[in-house]
Amino acid sequence: MSVAIKCEKLNVGYRNADSTITILSNLDLSVPAGEFLTILGPSGCGKSTLLRVIADLLQPLSGSINVFGASPDDARNRRQIGFVFQDSTLLPWRSVIENIQLPSSVGGHHKHSISGAKIKSLLKLMGLEELDDRYPHQLSGGQRQRVAIARALIEEPKLLLMDEPFGALDEITRDRLNSELLSIWRSTGTTILFVTHSIIEAVYLGQRVMVMASNPGRVLKIADLRDIKKKDLVIEREDPRIISAMADMRRALEAAS
Amino acid sequence: MTEVPLSRNTALLLPILGGVSIIVAWEFLLPVLGVPAYIMPTPTAIAGVFVKQWPLLFSNLWPTAVESIAGFVIGNSVAILIAIVFVYSRIIQAAYFPVVLFFNTIPILALAPIIILIFGLGMTPKIIISAVICFFPTLVNMIRGLNSPSPNEIELFRILSANQWETFWRLRFPRSMPMLFSSLRIASTTAVIGAIVGEWIGSDKGIGALIIQATFNYRSGQLYAAIVLSSSMAICLFLLVAFVERKVIRYA
Repeated sequence: MSVAIKCEKLNVGYRNADSTITILSNLDLSVPAGEFLTILGPSGCGKSTLLRVIADLLQPLSGSINVFGASPDDARNRRQIGFVFQDSTLLPWRSVIENIQLPSSVGGHHKHSISGAKIKSLLKLMGLEELDDRYPHQLSGGQRQRVAIARALIEEPKLLLMDEPFGALDEITRDRLNSELLSIWRSTGTTILFVTHSIIEAVYLGQRVMVMASNPGRVLKIADLRDIKKKDLVIEREDPRIISAMADMRRALEAAS
Repeated sequence: MTEVPLSRNTALLLPILGGVSIIVAWEFLLPVLGVPAYIMPTPTAIAGVFVKQWPLLFSNLWPTAVESIAGFVIGNSVAILIAIVFVYSRIIQAAYFPVVLFFNTIPILALAPIIILIFGLGMTPKIIISAVICFFPTLVNMIRGLNSPSPNEIELFRILSANQWETFWRLRFPRSMPMLFSSLRIASTTAVIGAIVGEWIGSDKGIGALIIQATFNYRSGQLYAAIVLSSSMAICLFLLVAFVERKVIRYA
């Protein structure tokens, strides 16, 4: 199986005049293509920073990082990376459909046109067919995140980075979007890295769950849930194996803090 | 205390009623209080001036309107262009923003004679004074507006490999619109004030000149009519800006 992301001895931080503040220290990570990896950890452990390094928004101090065998810069320019933020980051002056089409209107020579049929099918997939001409302020929080995900998926990226995308939503909406995200992942085969604070979300979504600790940010453990979750098997949140995995994660997090 | 929101009709009606009540009080209280007409004429006397002297008022309205609109367009356009330069060059901003700030602290009444000395008595100095008065609020608001995209929005455009041109036209410029229109609303009324100040200092036509002539000749009715005319023009400009704003900013 090909490798989507490979990080070796990754150090990320800021250099001041007289000191270096480390955010991520000696991080090694390998994510196979097509995996759904959730990243769990306390605030300040560098979860979002890791996504930003992979997306070429931040440069590491040292170490190496590869995204589909190339540099993050290359992967970004080839439109292989989609990113979903905690707030939907929809442009308020653009309608739903115009927000989803944003990737085709920016990007210099990297941009290309998107067919109407593709937009239509994505609107259907995300349950946004009736909302295409609305503006962001006319949508609920859950609908806004659906649009943000549609925008990230419109160019069929090989890698989808999601930074606590459902963190600000109510629990029912969050559960529904989690289930929808899993079915999108199953149908597209996109590699997903999903940052969350929620243990249940991490365990329910991830094939593997990476638990991080802070000061400095590092990988504490990676729990493999592939045995209890087959890619095509829909597992219930109340399944005893999920409950037991959650308890393990909680203990790991408590030990780390 | 919970405020009950006003219905649309009530919200429209209340300012009209407020204005009418003051005009009625003005009309009937002045004679009762014994205020002489040369100090404050009644609204009907002012209306009479409008009817009798409309050709004179209109011929003076025209130059002021041209100067105000030209000053508004030029002052705001220059402010927008300089704001763009400042936002894209921190060095130029650091070097020249204090100069602009110093320039703005000079009272317009002190600056106006200098501008008239340089450009003479035609329309040009009035347009420049009107432009100068519009310039600074728009510059400051436009700089803030162009810098107002959130860090996530900037990151989104970077992930999409947007170039500077695209980031400007698709993100920074539309983001700046609410702040730009706030200052354009203010500028729509100050542009008229700038033109009138210019006319006060050196002109024989325009509403400013009419105000000076009416004051020196004790023509109070004409003075008040000139004031009503300039205010009406400023309100028309304000409403025009508000109308364009509603067309441009369709969201929120």
